[in-house]
Amino acid sequence: MGEFLTKLRKDKIGIVGLIGVLLILVIGILAPVISPHDPTHTFNEHRLESPSSKFIFGTDDLGRDIFSRIIYGARVSLTVGLISVGIGAGFGLLFGLLAGYFKGWVDNVIMRIMDVLFAFPDLLLALAVVAILGPNLTNTMIAIGIVFIPVFTRLVRSTVITVKEMDYVSNAMSVGASNLRIIAKHITPNILAPFLVQVTLALSSAILTEAALSFLGLGIQPPDPSWGSMLNTSRRFMELAPWTAIFPTIFIVVTIFSFNLLGDSLRDLLDPRVKKE
Amino acid sequence: MSNDPLLEVENLKTYFFVGDQTFKAVDGVSFNINKGEILSIVGESGSGKSVTSLSILGLVQKQSGKIVDGEIRYNGKDISKLSNKELTSIRGKEISMIFQEPMSSLNPVLTIGFQIIEGIRRHNKISKREAKKRAIELLKQVGIARANEIYDDYPHQLSGGMRQRVMIAIAISCNPNLLIADEPTTALDVTIQAQILDLMKRVKDEFDSSILLITHDLGVVAEMADRVVVMYAGQIVEEAPVKELFDHPKHPYTKGLMESIPKIDEKKKRLNQIEGVVPPSNSFTKGCRFAPRCKFAMPECLEQDIDLEEINKDHKVRCLLYENENNSSTEVN
Repeated sequence: MGEFLTKLRKDKIGIVGLIGVLLILVIGILAPVISPHDPTHTFNEHRLESPSSKFIFGTDDLGRDIFSRIIYGARVSLTVGLISVGIGAGFGLLFGLLAGYFKGWVDNVIMRIMDVLFAFPDLLLALAVVAILGPNLTNTMIAIGIVFIPVFTRLVRSTVITVKEMDYVSNAMSVGASNLRIIAKHITPNILAPFLVQVTLALSSAILTEAALSFLGLGIQPPDPSWGSMLNTSRRFMELAPWTAIFPTIFIVVTIFSFNLLGDSLRDLLDPRVKKE
Repeated sequence: MSNDPLLEVENLKTYFFVGDQTFKAVDGVSFNINKGEILSIVGESGSGKSVTSLSILGLVQKQSGKIVDGEIRYNGKDISKLSNKELTSIRGKEISMIFQEPMSSLNPVLTIGFQIIEGIRRHNKISKREAKKRAIELLKQVGIARANEIYDDYPHQLSGGMRQRVMIAIAISCNPNLLIADEPTTALDVTIQAQILDLMKRVKDEFDSSILLITHDLGVVAEMADRVVVMYAGQIVEEAPVKELFDHPKHPYTKGLMESIPKIDEKKKRLNQIEGVVPPSNSFTKGCRFAPRCKFAMPECLEQDIDLEEINKDHKVRCLLYENENNSSTEVN
């Protein structure tokens, strides 16, 4: 771990990504401390006001402080991103390892179910799940998580199949390692690189899917702030009050960009084959 | 060297099923390995050597390959029908394996130390610290000088020869009775080859184990083996003590192999070669499988399957040329 941190310190791009992610995390955690106003309070005399010293990012159509809403929105976006990707990646890893390692009927059963899930367009599947479970934060996360399960399963399965054929897996078998041990210690670390890259892609995609669901009224319910719903409601006033669109956009871009940078450098750092001497 | 068989392989048949085709990679192979003996299996690529060794450890890929017949008795007990779980307690502890490719046989994301103590801790109830001590000892035994540093290194930091030494350290970590070495020197350059062969001999003497040496290099065979089994197209075509085989090779295939070794005291423009290739294992026909490439082939060769017959003490050959020559040592030239 110490070695890992030393290497990360040398990787400037990774540092930028890490700082970005940490910044968003800190903003989310310290939201009540940082935000100048209540994110749901409506200042009726200050609707669609441009940025000023009182409202540094301006106000929206209901007179709510955009800065405060963005800060609280960081919480929502991060929670939705992390938990839904956690669900998708967790189950995807499990199913992918089982299917790729054991093949046979296990593989057939798992992959046919995944094929069914894959047959739906992402957003439609998420919509269907939310429509069944009911729209709220938890169900949004579950819905987005389910969308990601087949993506991760397929990725993990295909890399497991490649890695399983490697000589070092036969070698581990030949010293008597059990299936569980081979999966956990020999195969999983070797599939982490593509897996992590997929996680970073999924994080940004989860945040965007949440925004889309929120726009359709099936995601985060008002008055809770979410970057996606802020951006989507701002469409109606974009010419009149561009700040309502610009600031949530900046935050979405910065967040996703940071996750991608961090993911990329993690991939390089976790793979000993590309270790720089 | 005693004459108790440590491992008896009897009529082993390992087939691969792809689509509706059957590939008979190993087709009725029988041999014994005695305690303390080095038995060598030689043959061209595709003759079934490696599949034989994988079959012994039950490592044939389950999806397509299967042991369809035969017995593999280890210390008298048939291990060919054990479950994977039962086999894990034999692998590494009783029988272990050195693979062909040192470059790809070590897990790139795990340290050398981790990979050595894996087997040790699997089969012995000892603490991590003791296992580490044992691993460093092993590394020193296989001739790695900076054992303490290497322990925490990753495979990519080591050269090919070093990795093969590590592989040997892993294979001998639990003092196995039988060491299967599948072309252990093929991927190494010549000077390192000699060192590794020396090391294997030393290890064998030190631990009093047996070695099944799989190779296509007759030089290695002459150097190492006590007895030799020659495989062709999934079958054993000749079996003899090493001196007997080199002095009096019987099977035309074995002779062909011998003739294709370059000799230092002979001035020749070209090496002899055996024309043709090993037939694909899904298209074996009746009779001798070598007949299409054989200089001495007769019509009878293709009429019926030929048995492996003992023509001299400990010398067996699968060829019609010797059918009626019990205990004679007539040469066919």
